[in-house]
Amino acid sequence: MSTLDSKIPHGPIADKWTDYKNHIDVVNPANKRLIDVIVVGSGLAGASASASLAEMGYNVKTFCFQDSPRRAHSIAAQGGINAAKNYQNDGDSTFRLFYDTVKGGDYRAREANVYRLAEVSASIIDQCVAQGVPFAREYGGLLDNRSFGGVLVSRTFYAKGQTGQQLLLGAYSAMSRQINKGKVTMLNRHEMLDLVLVDGKARGIIARNLVTGELERHGAHAVVLASGGYGNVFYLSTNAMGSNVTAAWRAHRRGAYFANPCYTQIHPTCIPRSGDYQSKLTLMSESLRNDGRIWVPKHLKDVEAIRSGKMKPTQLKEEDRDYYLERRYPAFGNLVPRDVASRAAKERCDAGYGVNKTGEAVYLDFSAAIMRYGKEKAHTSHIHNATDAQIRELGEKVIEAKYGNLFQMYEKITDDNPYKTPMMIYPAVHYTMGGLWVDYNLMTTIPGCYATGESNFSEHGANRLGASALMQGLADGYFVLPYTIGDYLASDIRTGKISTDSKEFEEAESEVRNRLEALINNKGTKSVDHFHKRLGKVMWDKAGMARNAQGLQEAMDEIRQIREEFYKDVFVPGSVNEFNPELEKATRVADFLELGELFAKDALDRNESCGGHFREESQTEEGEALRDDVNYAFVSAWEWTGDPRTSNLHKEELKFENIELKQRSYK
Amino acid sequence: MNLTLKIWRQKGPSAKGEMKTYQVSEISGDMSFLEMMDVLNEQIITKGEEPVAFDHDCREGICGMCSMYINGEPHGPDRGVTTCQLHMRKFKDGDTIHIEPWRANAFPVIKDLAVDRSAFDRIIQAGGYVSVNTSGNSQDANAIPIPKENADLAFDAATCIGCGACVASCKNASAMLFVSAKVSQLSLLPQGQVEAKDRVLNMINQMDEEGFGNCTNTGACAIECPKGISLDNIARMNREYLSASISK
Repeated sequence: MSTLDSKIPHGPIADKWTDYKNHIDVVNPANKRLIDVIVVGSGLAGASASASLAEMGYNVKTFCFQDSPRRAHSIAAQGGINAAKNYQNDGDSTFRLFYDTVKGGDYRAREANVYRLAEVSASIIDQCVAQGVPFAREYGGLLDNRSFGGVLVSRTFYAKGQTGQQLLLGAYSAMSRQINKGKVTMLNRHEMLDLVLVDGKARGIIARNLVTGELERHGAHAVVLASGGYGNVFYLSTNAMGSNVTAAWRAHRRGAYFANPCYTQIHPTCIPRSGDYQSKLTLMSESLRNDGRIWVPKHLKDVEAIRSGKMKPTQLKEEDRDYYLERRYPAFGNLVPRDVASRAAKERCDAGYGVNKTGEAVYLDFSAAIMRYGKEKAHTSHIHNATDAQIRELGEKVIEAKYGNLFQMYEKITDDNPYKTPMMIYPAVHYTMGGLWVDYNLMTTIPGCYATGESNFSEHGANRLGASALMQGLADGYFVLPYTIGDYLASDIRTGKISTDSKEFEEAESEVRNRLEALINNKGTKSVDHFHKRLGKVMWDKAGMARNAQGLQEAMDEIRQIREEFYKDVFVPGSVNEFNPELEKATRVADFLELGELFAKDALDRNESCGGHFREESQTEEGEALRDDVNYAFVSAWEWTGDPRTSNLHKEELKFENIELKQRSYK
Repeated sequence: MNLTLKIWRQKGPSAKGEMKTYQVSEISGDMSFLEMMDVLNEQIITKGEEPVAFDHDCREGICGMCSMYINGEPHGPDRGVTTCQLHMRKFKDGDTIHIEPWRANAFPVIKDLAVDRSAFDRIIQAGGYVSVNTSGNSQDANAIPIPKENADLAFDAATCIGCGACVASCKNASAMLFVSAKVSQLSLLPQGQVEAKDRVLNMINQMDEEGFGNCTNTGACAIECPKGISLDNIARMNREYLSASISK
């Protein structure tokens, strides 16, 4: 075990970033033209980094596996983006955003990184508005805000339930401008299948052209991974079907340490699963918890009546409902952080109070908000003596203006009208806080290989607060990486073009080719999905919302077993040299089968509960997560050894100099 | 329910394609159309044959990647949804469903139901942005108030997901709804005003170069658009184009 150097600058936390920027090396504009940077991924982190690096003068090559960079999964983020603007005059500040994020992450994030994130957050909003991102506005023409879980201020900027889409299109358009100038070369339908190291430095990638199947070598002075999270290791998640760990995992196998793989966010408000054929789960934005109240019936007889269809939820009297979040957490109520809300839903459902046929659903009810808004609207419209029906109608319009697209999505999927009957929701895998270990510069343990956005581990600790993923992706890409990468590239101005004819590129390419051909030539009997579904079930049952030592040990063995069977019996149709979606899936699932085992190993090793990582052995009397700061106030960074089971653990001690470590409470 | 599927199969961009017939059974009404396609593909793979290639990613109606022409309509018979949000409860037991790729010269077929829509990216690259560099100290976001009505209209236009249903539905394979959505969004906001004239000229020029057809105001695009992008945007773009053409 060694200690990792996180390269946190000295000095008071509020000055670190400014001082640091003032003292790092910069590359002069003429020399930037001599330097190539590869960016893998075109979501918020990748597109913003590509645009910013190209504006500065670097030659950028950007890769995405989708048919257009605009489709990266950041597009699906719904609720909003946090920024410490204090437009609402409710006492928000950089320090408060920093504090909320560290506390929300259950004190497992690096203070200096989080402070920097909070510091640059306000600039993100300025930048996006300048780009023409149509955020929601009030009648006076100024920007509107709403509130998210785990905080007591309104600092979330939004564009209906499509904030991710609008921010991504902003970054995509900034990048498109650079593509037009020839400063960014965009490679759509390309997937990175390996990282190439020359003399110990990241110097390029092997990518597969997904249309022709050809393998391509791309050289660069630095490689930025902005390839997203690995929630699809659970098979069912709110991630896009194509979201995968391959780029990050291949870098891990080349020497980048993988940090805190077990920190997974299970989002409390998703549409419950309906059958075995299900391919993905759909999120209902956390913003809905601003106006929706979560409940289950108080009495089991009412649960029975609802499940059997004898009673409708709207018929159940107020006093027979258990608004369990408001009951357990009066201070934060329905707006507790995601990990807390998810576990509370699981607790009620495990106790038998789940309201659908599978017993895995709770209600998210808007009727109180509809009536409240309706009354307000009637008042401002000078409608006196409005009937309940009129008030309800007016209220539904207000709700529609706020969440229309989410309500429509819910109705299309479930065939239920959420304006008239409460939504049914249940937790689902949504985001992974773990990822490649990076230092303060966002560089992994491989020199010249950077990781940004969800693909790194740094800002969210063991639980991410709502509306912070968009903030981090854009902060990394617009404002952090473009500076820190210069410090590294300053020593590369005399290097010249990176040749792809070297033996390192040749070896990496032939390794990838062998891997692909082995999959095609395997000629087994079972589809890739067959193995992926089995992996997902083990992950959900034994490494999901609640984990224990025995289950995790079993998970490690079972995943290993599935991996062995995969290589014996998988059938991948078609050939390597063609458009072959099944082959793409196969390479991704092969990597998930390795990551899954490391994930369980990490969860087993961390014998404490923190944020989204809940070990049944470590809980308070009331069933809340119980941290063990004496033994576990560190980042686990795993080094690849050739087998996930024998991975080496390296620790980065977490020092809290500005925030006092204490047990989280939202009561 | 049991269904008969007639699906366009085409090995590659220059290969000859044909409709092939498949049967699927025990399809639940709660499945999405793509989950029904997953069932079919699993069935095909089990037989050791090549599954039907189709584009898809987020499966929640926002990435714009799925693109099937179902029974003569892009994204199928339901309104306001993409194929991934189309649910099988819209069909009946015993139905025959025809599934084809988007058909337009500017969207060549890659394989089966997957087409190349990079023409849309090139149109955006021609001017679908505000030319502002990343700085972090651009003016405060609240420095320019924007009337809520304009902000909302700009947002409505900006919700376009770039799926290409407008092109697929159009008898002329015109991309006017797509292009006008971006032109409208930026021309409705003060940030987009500065370059408004160059933008509309450059984007329309690129649209023509890509081989999209003309607009004859039929309006099929707005009906089939999964995001409800309004035809008003085309009118707004025509006005912008006319004014730019005269003054430039």
